[in-house]
Amino acid sequence: MSDVLLPSADDAYASPDAQGFFGPYGGTFVPETVMPVLAELEAAYREAQADPAFAEELNLLLTDYVGRPSPLYRADRLAEATGLGAVYLKREDLNHTGAHKINNTLGQCLLAKRMGKHRVIAETGAGQHGVATATTAALMGLECAVFMGTEDIRRQSLNVYKMRLLGAEVVPVAEGTGTLADAVTAALRHWVERVEDTFYVIGSVVGPHPYPAMVRDFQAVIGTETIAQMAEKAIPRVDAVVACVGGGSNAAGMFFPFLRDVPAEERPLLVGAEAAGLGLESGKHGAALTKGSPGVLHGFYSYLLQDDAGNPLEAYSISAGLDYPGVGPEHSFFKDEGLVRYEAVTDQEAVDAFALCTRTEGIIPAIESSHALALLPRLAAELGPDAVVIVNVSGRGDKDMDIVREAGLGVD
Amino acid sequence: MLVAYVMAGYPDRAGSLAALEAVARGGAGVIELGVPYGDAVADGPVIVEAGKVALGNGFGLAETIALAGEFMEAHSDAPPIALMTYLNPMMRLGFPRVAALAAEARVSGFIVPDLPPDSPMADRWLAASEPLGIDTVFLAAPTSTPARLEALGARSRGFVYVVSSLGVTGERDELAAGLPGLVARVREHTTLPVAVGFGVGTAEQAAEVAKIADGVVVGSAIVRRQGEPVALEAFVRELVAVAARD
Repeated sequence: MSDVLLPSADDAYASPDAQGFFGPYGGTFVPETVMPVLAELEAAYREAQADPAFAEELNLLLTDYVGRPSPLYRADRLAEATGLGAVYLKREDLNHTGAHKINNTLGQCLLAKRMGKHRVIAETGAGQHGVATATTAALMGLECAVFMGTEDIRRQSLNVYKMRLLGAEVVPVAEGTGTLADAVTAALRHWVERVEDTFYVIGSVVGPHPYPAMVRDFQAVIGTETIAQMAEKAIPRVDAVVACVGGGSNAAGMFFPFLRDVPAEERPLLVGAEAAGLGLESGKHGAALTKGSPGVLHGFYSYLLQDDAGNPLEAYSISAGLDYPGVGPEHSFFKDEGLVRYEAVTDQEAVDAFALCTRTEGIIPAIESSHALALLPRLAAELGPDAVVIVNVSGRGDKDMDIVREAGLGVD
Repeated sequence: MLVAYVMAGYPDRAGSLAALEAVARGGAGVIELGVPYGDAVADGPVIVEAGKVALGNGFGLAETIALAGEFMEAHSDAPPIALMTYLNPMMRLGFPRVAALAAEARVSGFIVPDLPPDSPMADRWLAASEPLGIDTVFLAAPTSTPARLEALGARSRGFVYVVSSLGVTGERDELAAGLPGLVARVREHTTLPVAVGFGVGTAEQAAEVAKIADGVVVGSAIVRRQGEPVALEAFVRELVAVAARD
């Protein structure tokens, strides 16, 4: 059985503070209707964290249902092709439902049941969080509705079908660009209406407190396992750990244990890959940390793509999962503190990395995770040919066949 | 007393100025002037759509404050204006600047639905706005606990805005069944006047609300009529007649 400990409030790295702030970022900026519900949620979460039975139930599901621990796989042909000493892939793509998202939905849905809620809602971009929520709802006998932008429904039709097959209602959101940010807004609006009987399963380290910390804690299994696997495999030195960042949950889950448990002088370089879309100067990207400025969206204060009047800007990425104008508040804190470095990766670089990983390793990564893989050649140039890099492969790319085909990855 | 919500910049600048004049002539006691915003998470479809049009007209917080200033300057007997804005436009412009501009434009107060009274951001905003005599109205909801009602009552100035029902702004067929109880609970924690909004769209509903509250907030039903000042003034007159309490 995988031995996952939920981080507790007295850990050395104890962010956020009592009001949900990571440095200046985070907090709770929502209509009053939701405020008491968030306080209830926080209390229920703290209580669950302190209850060994909760951890036991979650651990059993992570082991027998998800298939954890996910392997830390040594990808030699990819290392050779990118000019690195060694590359290890953390295989979150091998989880049940094909991505890291299920780590979090199991935790939140167990919490929903504990709070006596029989109905869950979720937002989804690429559909991975929607599928994970619909799957968990089916497993636990919960009613489920998933809000999804109409453009994402078009881009990810297979996942839409899967969610419906699992018994979830998929609610199309046509507002704005019909992408992830619009789905979050629609889900928040719906939640305000149904707050008494509905639990909102947020899919990333975003939203009002306690969501960013809670989702990070549920995803921290990724980094905790990775650190343990480094020891098991006697990997003497890791120079860098890379993960993609949209809202930032797989990256937070990977980085947080390194920041909490590994002394700074032994800690590898932590690098997050944001979506540069068609290029940082094109105005069509999702690089909130690289190009944004602090502001409030969806209930929290963080780096944000916004106009001069404070309206959120439309994000863009080839990847529905990274197509979001904000970013989790803890990442903004990591950036300002210099704890994590964030770089931006274009659509084309991600597609190239997707192809390279597929052809050298027989592993088809999600287009989101491909943004992290795209940093390998850059890290080789920076750290040299002996460098050892771990990449979090947050999901598998089955859902992205149409997108990469449209992007010109032919097979003639 | 009627609190009349008008969306700034909708259907265009002149149209919203005409709407302000119409609701003032109609007898509104307070004007709630809405600031268009790209993620109006507390608002229903009518206000969201009007906001989109206003954003397209280049309207934001600064333009709305300027509109309020022009209106107040032209009408010395105008009712007090409270701006309804989301937090981020205020942060983008900077709290001290927002407060200074608003005071200069003779804006009386702010209603900020995503600024909780117990947030450190509220401390910063009140520190900037209260010395300039600007009131901040906090919102109470059906889910608010006694402790939260106490806190928001203590921090509110002018009045307390009671959100009548769960959900976003917009007209509803019926008032929430628990409304009288909710208003009574709010009054246990504040001596300020209490205004009720969200879901009040007809004269009949306004009359019901006026029996238990000091103020009735009507938004979407007014915004829908913003393009026709004559009809708007008549509608406001009708609301004011039933919402008057002695």
